[in-house]
Amino acid sequence: MPAPEQRRIIFQHIDEPGYSNDLACYVKHGGYEVLKQALTRQPQELIDEVKKSGLRGRGGAGFPCGVKWGLVDRKSGKPIYLIVNADESEPGTFKDRYIIHQDPHQLIEGTMISCFANNVQQAYIYIRGEFPHGARILETALAEARAAGFVGQNICGTNYSCDIFVHRGAGAYICGEETGLIESLEGKRANPRIKPPYFPAVLGLYQCPTIVNNVETLCHVKYIAEHGGEAFAKIGTPNNTGTRVFCVSGHVQRPGYYEFPAGTITLGQLLNEVCGGPLPGRTFKAVIPGGSSAKILRFGERFKGKRKVGADLVDYDWGVEDVPMDFDSLGMIGTMGGSGGVIVMDDSVNMVEALANINAFYSHESCGQCTPCREGSLWMKKITTRMVHGQARAEDAALLKGVADQIPGRTICAFGEACSWPTQSFIAKFGDEFKQYPETKKTKAADSRVLV
Amino acid sequence: MNLKPETLSKIYEVITHYPVKRSATLPLLHLIQEEVGYIPEDAITWIAAKLELEPINVYEVVTFYPMFRRQPIGRRHIKVCRTLSCALLGGYKTCETFEKEFNTHRGEVSPDGEVTVDFVECLASCGTAPVVLIDDELHEKVDCVKAKQIADQIKAEAKKR
Repeated sequence: MPAPEQRRIIFQHIDEPGYSNDLACYVKHGGYEVLKQALTRQPQELIDEVKKSGLRGRGGAGFPCGVKWGLVDRKSGKPIYLIVNADESEPGTFKDRYIIHQDPHQLIEGTMISCFANNVQQAYIYIRGEFPHGARILETALAEARAAGFVGQNICGTNYSCDIFVHRGAGAYICGEETGLIESLEGKRANPRIKPPYFPAVLGLYQCPTIVNNVETLCHVKYIAEHGGEAFAKIGTPNNTGTRVFCVSGHVQRPGYYEFPAGTITLGQLLNEVCGGPLPGRTFKAVIPGGSSAKILRFGERFKGKRKVGADLVDYDWGVEDVPMDFDSLGMIGTMGGSGGVIVMDDSVNMVEALANINAFYSHESCGQCTPCREGSLWMKKITTRMVHGQARAEDAALLKGVADQIPGRTICAFGEACSWPTQSFIAKFGDEFKQYPETKKTKAADSRVLV
Repeated sequence: MNLKPETLSKIYEVITHYPVKRSATLPLLHLIQEEVGYIPEDAITWIAAKLELEPINVYEVVTFYPMFRRQPIGRRHIKVCRTLSCALLGGYKTCETFEKEFNTHRGEVSPDGEVTVDFVECLASCGTAPVVLIDDELHEKVDCVKAKQIADQIKAEAKKR
């Protein structure tokens, strides 16, 4: 089956010749009209539209945005904050970069609509420190929007006021975790907070109710405010509504960002047709479908089970290429859609070395407050690095699995899961390569690619 | 601290962005690092005083975030992405090329003081791997050939000074 056409909603103007990131260009393309219109409606109506839309968060967890907004404590009398999560730190993900750099006003408009819907008077955009240019673009865009009355006091002449400030991170992956992000915005180490009982919706920034949404999610809110929740829900598949931006990197002919109605494209269509297939003379070996912490898939493996289609339960028997790229299908086969970052590896890659690279990342990024994660990620890195650069032993796979299995469920935040899933899944799917690695090393070419 | 008036005015402005002063810790560290080049000891006590904190509150932030440094670096900062997508397309070779060109090792200032080469984690531009952030400028698809060209350009600019 041929791949469906791209449908660019969020990326409509990305890479469009002549489209610039200034206010004049944005307004010329109908910018801020949706905000003006939204301000004439009841905030609750906008929240209901988002609920109807079925929009799920695009940062990684896929939590329904309307539900998140519904959990906000509106009775406390405390101010409600909204934070834009522009930390974009999951390896393999690079969609927000282009929105911020090329279409910042789309994000600002989506943010302002979300702020109005939730009676927020102060919002922050938490942008990763590695986007210095992006931070300046956002600051310039905010100054323009403020001067034009779209941000700040008495927005569009109404009595609604809300300001947005940019806050730069400083290179810590854990700031993508929403409570870590809040701690960081409070000027502290980004150690995630214990939850439950209190979620940011009740006790967040400065112990006030707080909404944290991903950049792409807020851009979708703008579309929903314009076209309605029902129209949004018609795009994609039930429970996986709207479009999804996939970021493809690694060993394909045409890496890049592609926006499709959620669940309408399979992994095989995305990689073979849209991205042009493997590099010349190579075959696909493995793919990580939702950011580096998602469990890896091995080309050639099959997934069988029953799934719901409408009201019926139907059997499925999928190869990796057949899996629809949506939260539920990827969840069913034991991995996740996550942040939409698809990392492809071909038959030139040794899986022990790829895992060693990933483990070095997680060890570097563990915030260190929970022992299982801090020590576990460190030892997984030490063991895999030793395998590559020192002595590899046949029993290392079992040792690694032993360490990885003791982390998830024993940490404050989901980083524990994120850092153990790669090791667990690499060993489950490529255990033979780990066992053979002591032998593999003996025949390795001296100039072969280094991954760690 | 002897800071430029522009930096000071940015500092006073940014503190007003937050209802709680402590939130300005990261912005102040960024502003001072941009001017001084690193975070000296007196910056920590200065920020603590400004934000009505104990120095330890600032110190713990400096040591947590990878982008803050306690030592001066070379005139240009070359940050090569180390993470998986870039590594798959030769990020390690890119980093080695810069090390060789400037006769230095990752994490160190080159002998001529011109650059510091660092390996950093994901720069979120995986589709154009391998990527390198030089000061504030992102360079995409930097293979060994392109790394050499960039290095030559940096050297040429250094000669002109």
